[in-house]
Formats: sequence, C-alpha cells, structure tokens
Amino acid sequence: MTDMLELSAVQARDAIAAGDLSPVEYSEAWAAAAAEDDLNAYLWRSGNGDAGAIAVAQPSIAPVAVKDIFCTEGVPTTAGSRILEGYRPPYTATAVQRLLEAGAPVLGKTNMDEFAMGSSNENSAYGPVLNPWDRGRVPGGSSGGSAAVVAGGLAPWAIGTDTGGSIRQPASLCGIVGFKPTYGAISRYGMIAFASSLDQCGPLTRDVSDAALMLAILQGQDHCDSTSVGLERAPQLPGRENLEGLRFAVPSELDRDTVEPGVREVFEATLARIEQLGGEISAAPLPHAEHGISAYYVIAPAEASSNLARYDGVRYGMRAQGGGDLIEMYEKTRAEGFGAEVKRRVMLGTYALSSGYYDAYYGQAQKVRTKIAADFGAAFADFDFVVTPTSPSVAFKLGEKTDDPLAMYLNDFFTVPMSLAGIPAISIPAGLAEPAGGGPQLPVGFQIAAPAFGEQKLLDAAYALEQAIAFDARPSGAPYVPSGSKKRSGSGGEGGG
Amino acid sequence: MAGELSGILEHVDRIGELELDDVPPTSHVVELENVLRADRPHRSLEPDVALAQAPDPVDGAFRVPSPQAEG
Repeated sequence: MTDMLELSAVQARDAIAAGDLSPVEYSEAWAAAAAEDDLNAYLWRSGNGDAGAIAVAQPSIAPVAVKDIFCTEGVPTTAGSRILEGYRPPYTATAVQRLLEAGAPVLGKTNMDEFAMGSSNENSAYGPVLNPWDRGRVPGGSSGGSAAVVAGGLAPWAIGTDTGGSIRQPASLCGIVGFKPTYGAISRYGMIAFASSLDQCGPLTRDVSDAALMLAILQGQDHCDSTSVGLERAPQLPGRENLEGLRFAVPSELDRDTVEPGVREVFEATLARIEQLGGEISAAPLPHAEHGISAYYVIAPAEASSNLARYDGVRYGMRAQGGGDLIEMYEKTRAEGFGAEVKRRVMLGTYALSSGYYDAYYGQAQKVRTKIAADFGAAFADFDFVVTPTSPSVAFKLGEKTDDPLAMYLNDFFTVPMSLAGIPAISIPAGLAEPAGGGPQLPVGFQIAAPAFGEQKLLDAAYALEQAIAFDARPSGAPYVPSGSKKRSGSGGEGGG
Repeated sequence: MAGELSGILEHVDRIGELELDDVPPTSHVVELENVLRADRPHRSLEPDVALAQAPDPVDGAFRVPSPQAEG
C-alpha cells in the first residue's frame, strides 16, 4: 500500500497505463490515507460514497484534492465561510470538470482562508489547518489545506487558487511545488470570485513534472469564462538538464534584510546552484514592486467588496434568523456569516471605491499596476526569469500574526507583484532553514517568474533546478518520495496529458 | 478594527506619493479583443434546481422579508 502512495502523479499515470497499477486500488489507498487527516485540512471527503454527480466511474489518473472554493455539483462548497455552510452547488467548476474527465476522482475539498483572504489559513470559519512539518505552525494561505494535504501525504496532488500568492506561499511553507499560471490560462467558471482581475487557478504538487501534467489537464479556453484564453500549446512534461544560456534577474531593490536569515541563506545557495547549472544571475531594477502590497490591498479588497455583495441570504447560503425587515435581514446575515478579515476587506474596498476617494485609491492603484507590469516587461527584455524567495520567512507559529493584519499582508511581499502583472510564477522547495525564533528546520521556497504565457520555459527551468537541488526532506510520517529526489524514468518531452 | 484599518490605510497611502498623472490605469492584464459568439439558445438551470439552495423558496420564487419595517 505504502509503495503506491510513494509514486508521483506522473509515475502513477504511467504505471496505470502500463497495466502495473490498478487505478481502483490506487484511488482506494488514497481515500484511506485522506481519512487519516489530523491536520484539519479536509472540509469534506469523498470516502463516504456521497460524491454523487462528481463521482468518477473509471479512475485513470491520481485522485485530486480540491480547494473548497471550487463549486462541485451536489457536494458541499463553503469557501471557508459560515455564510456558505451547507451550500451544495447546482453545477461543477470547469477546472474540476476537466480533472474528472481526465479520470481524476475528487478525494476531498480542502480547508482555506475564508473567501481566499489570508496567508495563514487562520481565517477559515472551520478552524486553522496545521502545518504537517510542525503542528504548532501555519501551513500558509489561502490554499493552506491544499498545500498541507500534499505535504502531509493525504493527497497525491491538489488544486488551489492564487490571487496574491495563495498557491505559492503555502507551497513554500509546506515544502512542495506551487504554480500560478498566467492570468487567463485556466477557466475560472465555478471558482468562487474574490478579486476577479487577479484570481487564477493552479496546481499544488510534489514535483515540477506533476505540476506540468496537471496544467496540461486544466488549461484551455472555456466559453463559460470570457477571460480564459488557454495556452497556445498544451504543456509537455519538462526535461531540461541544465540552465545554460538562461538569464535570471534578482530584483535590485530586494532588501535582503527583510528576509529571515535562514531563508536568505537558502536563497543565496540556490542562486549559486543556478550558476553551477550554467545560468547567469544579475540584478535588474523593479522599482515599483515595493508598492505592490499597497496597490494590491486597494485593488483586491475593492473587487472583493463588489463580488461579495451577492451573499445576502436570498438565493443561497445562510440567512440569519430573528425577523425584521429586508435591510435588517441583509445586515444580520452578513454580520453573522462573514468573519473578521472578510469584513475588514469589504470595508477597505468600499472605502477605496467611494466617491471622493476613488481616484486617490483605486485609480492610483491601477496606475501602480501599470508601472509594475511595465517594470517586468523591461526586465524580460533582458532576462528570461525573475527570481525571489517565495516568502520572507518559513512557516510562522499559529496566532503569531493574527493581531496585526498589516504584518500578515507583508507575507505576500514577493508574490503580489507577479499577480498584479498577471505573469506565471512557480515556487519550488529549495532547502530547509531554522525559523528566526529558533526551532526545528522548516522548508524554504524559491520563486521563479516568467513572461506571460511562458509556462513551458518556466517549467523546464524549474525542473532542471529541482533535479539539482534534490530536495529530499519530508514531514515525518508522510509516505511520499519528495520533489526532485528521484529522476523521472524515460526521456522528457513526452505528451503531458 | 478602526486602528487596524487606519494602519493599513497609512501603508496604502504611500502610493499617493508617486507621480503617475500620465500613466494609464490597468484593469485587465491580458490583451483581449471582444468577440461575439453565435446567439444560440441553450438550456440553463431548471427553476426548481435554481431555487433548491435558497433559504426560503416559495411558489417558484425567492421569498424575503418585507422591505418596509413592520408595525
């Protein structure tokens, strides 16, 4: 049993295709593993036989854990919020539908920060997810459940969403691969909206090859989402061996003092590794990236305040009891249904959009966004990739930052600029480091960003680096063989799904 | 929450110091051209399915409290 759980999703697919692995036994083994969840990572699991409309009759590929922000027909979908408790959507999100059609059963729905607002998973109405490396620490967020199930051996792979870092940061804090594709690469139909100009779906996986395989399944235009454009070519499994001829930019404004010493060490060691593989490293100016957090915390709350207006106790979700007129019902429902962070952002957003403040906040933030995108455009004229640490720190302790929203927001310092520019970025595990306050070593992520629709080149480079880093640590008890610690058999460049 | 919101706005206010008068705003990062699809009728959700998740459906409609205060 344990043996089959050690397979990566690509290895399992190949073993199933070769007739060496029974897909039904494999799926059942994963359902049994998921049932052992002691991280509060799943909000719903399919093991109870109530998968209904999303059941897969003939599994042919690894079962998948799905962030609870994706609508699944007949299966509870809460977005981590009390206001959607008990909601069973009448349709299934396109991203999930594509996985089902590829033969991937849904293993369960994963816990998350309420409406994807958070960087620690502590904003879930259903309690925080625990980090499998240290149960006293956060897994990151907002896709904390999806990262924890993959890192903790409760799912072979997962999907999440990234608005300002919500795939990459939890992947970094849990020691796995997290990939935010170009805005528009994957349909968002049925993905509960947070900030529509930023939200994007993507994979959380053990290794870069699995991320490529999942992207190949997910990507594509969808007539139900007018912002979806897909990729020009379906991604192939990566196979690059070195980084010769590739130019990597480190933002010249990157203040290394804002990064935890342990994270800084792993980052510098990874830069040296890139040079050993033949890549060139230089500094490049990204002068407006430092304003990314400010622009993001105007744009995202503004869009959220509009998107969340639909939760009013009328068409779906909870309605507060207690009588009163229509307005009172709206107010009570939203007061009882939303948590503190959601209320904070709805207030920030409505303020930023209000008459008299619109130009100073929302208008100005959109101009900053133009400058940040232009900075990346200028960097990519001379460089293939921009690299940073994914997160300024390793996983922090539960409760450490809950009293200071701004400190929590600054966790997204390195991931937000790529979201504002709409470009693809991947986080791969690069090593372990001691937390600033001392304690056992924890994973550190390395972020690589590429020009829009440069997915293939990005995956190829990340794969070469992953093989060289050969990150082989995993939380105790997790069954899998970690990212990059084994070479994929066979040659690269084969069809990826 | 007032103190927290002030702290966040103080941080956000730093973008006000940037000179961006001539910079166009970005609302969408990927260039898209509007295209019109063929106008073909298709089935949508049946009314009973659309109403199934409502807290108080009645007679094929969503029932809400009166917009005017009672009494």
